[in-house]
Amino acid sequence: MKPEPTTTAVQRTTSALAAAARWRWWEGALFLIAIASWFLAPRHALLLNEIAILALFALSLDLILGYAGIVSLGHAAFFGLGAYAAALFAKHVLPDPLVGLAFAVLVSTLVGLATSPLVLRGSDLTRLMVTLGIASIFYELANRLDWLTGGADGLQGVIIGSLPGGFEFDLFGRTAYAYSLIALLVALVLCRRLVKSPLGVSLEALRDNPLRAASLGIPVRARLVTVYAISAGLAGAAGALLAQTSGFASLDVLDFHRSADVLLVLVIGGAGWLYGGLIGAIVFKLMHDLISAWTPQYWTFWIGLFLVVLVLVGRDRLVRPWRWFSK
Amino acid sequence: MTANKPHPVDTAPPPIVLETRKLSRRFGGIVATDQVSLALAAGARHALIGPNGAGKTTLINLLTGVLAPSAGTIHLDGEDITRTAQHRRVERGLVRTFQSNQLFTGLTPLASLALAVTQTLGDGSRWWRPLGRTRHAVDDQCAGLLEQFHLLDVMNRPLEELAYGQRRLLEIALAFACRPRVLLLDEPAAGVPGGERRQIFDVIQALPATVTIVLIEHDMDLVFNFARTASVLVNGAVLVDGPVDEVASDPRVREVYLGQGPLNG
Repeated sequence: MKPEPTTTAVQRTTSALAAAARWRWWEGALFLIAIASWFLAPRHALLLNEIAILALFALSLDLILGYAGIVSLGHAAFFGLGAYAAALFAKHVLPDPLVGLAFAVLVSTLVGLATSPLVLRGSDLTRLMVTLGIASIFYELANRLDWLTGGADGLQGVIIGSLPGGFEFDLFGRTAYAYSLIALLVALVLCRRLVKSPLGVSLEALRDNPLRAASLGIPVRARLVTVYAISAGLAGAAGALLAQTSGFASLDVLDFHRSADVLLVLVIGGAGWLYGGLIGAIVFKLMHDLISAWTPQYWTFWIGLFLVVLVLVGRDRLVRPWRWFSK
Repeated sequence: MTANKPHPVDTAPPPIVLETRKLSRRFGGIVATDQVSLALAAGARHALIGPNGAGKTTLINLLTGVLAPSAGTIHLDGEDITRTAQHRRVERGLVRTFQSNQLFTGLTPLASLALAVTQTLGDGSRWWRPLGRTRHAVDDQCAGLLEQFHLLDVMNRPLEELAYGQRRLLEIALAFACRPRVLLLDEPAAGVPGGERRQIFDVIQALPATVTIVLIEHDMDLVFNFARTASVLVNGAVLVDGPVDEVASDPRVREVYLGQGPLNG
């Protein structure tokens, strides 16, 4: 049919394809730093735990926003669902954290699957409004079903069992951080496999040009449903980690500010390169911590200012100031 | 209205691959496609010509499922595909290119091609192995396409760094990566300067004779060089349909193209 490719062409193609999926040195460094933080900063385990959970939540948003191009202003729906699922599971069924985590992921994945048809169609604005609406519905449901969720008082007295190996959750958050960190790193490795795979690259393709993606035989709708469900499951995992490590679930897990914050985190870290959620969560939480120690009331002023500067100046130039004057 | 010449040796005519029956599409009050009935035999080299706004691209959009027809049916290998989803038609070998480049801004030429090849091989939904590492055939086919379309040296560049002609080649290479049985080419050389047009048509000519090709093209030299049959669309309807020489000498066609000089000149 076609002229056979030359051996050099095949070799060049093979090595280029292999290079695209290879681990970079800085990725390894990032993983090492993350692991080292558990040993080096034991006094900050509670804060680091929050960062890990927020990073996982932002990673889940990155899959749909950065890769598949689905904007969402209601991702807290799945975060909150995961939190309540884990808390209720521990309270009424089994206190084991791993089984509870799996249950929360299952529940939020299924709800993601069920609500995915709503975000398949329409423009970005439609999607923003639909996701916002879904999150509001979940919030109000949790508020009303107070016999189940505790309503505005939250779900109190959730006792989480120990992790395999007998590690109990402690007051200082050492176990909690180890647990959340391992969950985050496992999720990162899995998502990395996903986004480098044919399935993951097809998401980028349909984000850039759904018409052409379909005309290459890619089932666009099915792919969007798949990634939305996976993303919902990961967001649920993040919510479950929060509920399990704090032993508490309240309406706050479904609040609008969580959806807005996670979007902000991803914008700070950069969408579509997998580590944006992690970097963004570190920057966001550290800024929060430092600024609110200095001026507790007005920290949102500074984060707002930072966001405006970031978007106007551009992340690339902000991170590499020496390039300000080069074109 | 069969669109193939009788084969000189073989008496049995090749089977009809793609057929439309009274296919129509209205946009509000405008009839963009008006009761088009075409039948293309396996291996046809068919040109779709007509003035701007005649509904050529709309017809391609109907055939590929981008648009749904208002009336009429489409048949691939005798099977009704009028309601079949876009990607399923591609799976069955009905592949197109676009008049204006439809590429993936975030993907390199290699990644785009590897994706199309992988999808065609049926591995498109695999999520554990990296792209290009699902089968050896992916490397070979990508290398073949990159070489054939002169894209080997730019395979790792971001799309924005490619010259227009190279993007045009990638546009067509992507369709080739889907291993078409019926290939719909919507002005494949649009906007490409003379020398590179030749390059594009060389690779199209090199397709196996069994592949059915429909070509939309304004350059009549190219049309007469390439096509054996043609349909002339005017206001969405088929005005004339038949072997190219008959179409070219038809007085009605000359009237449509009046002021553009003789068709084969």
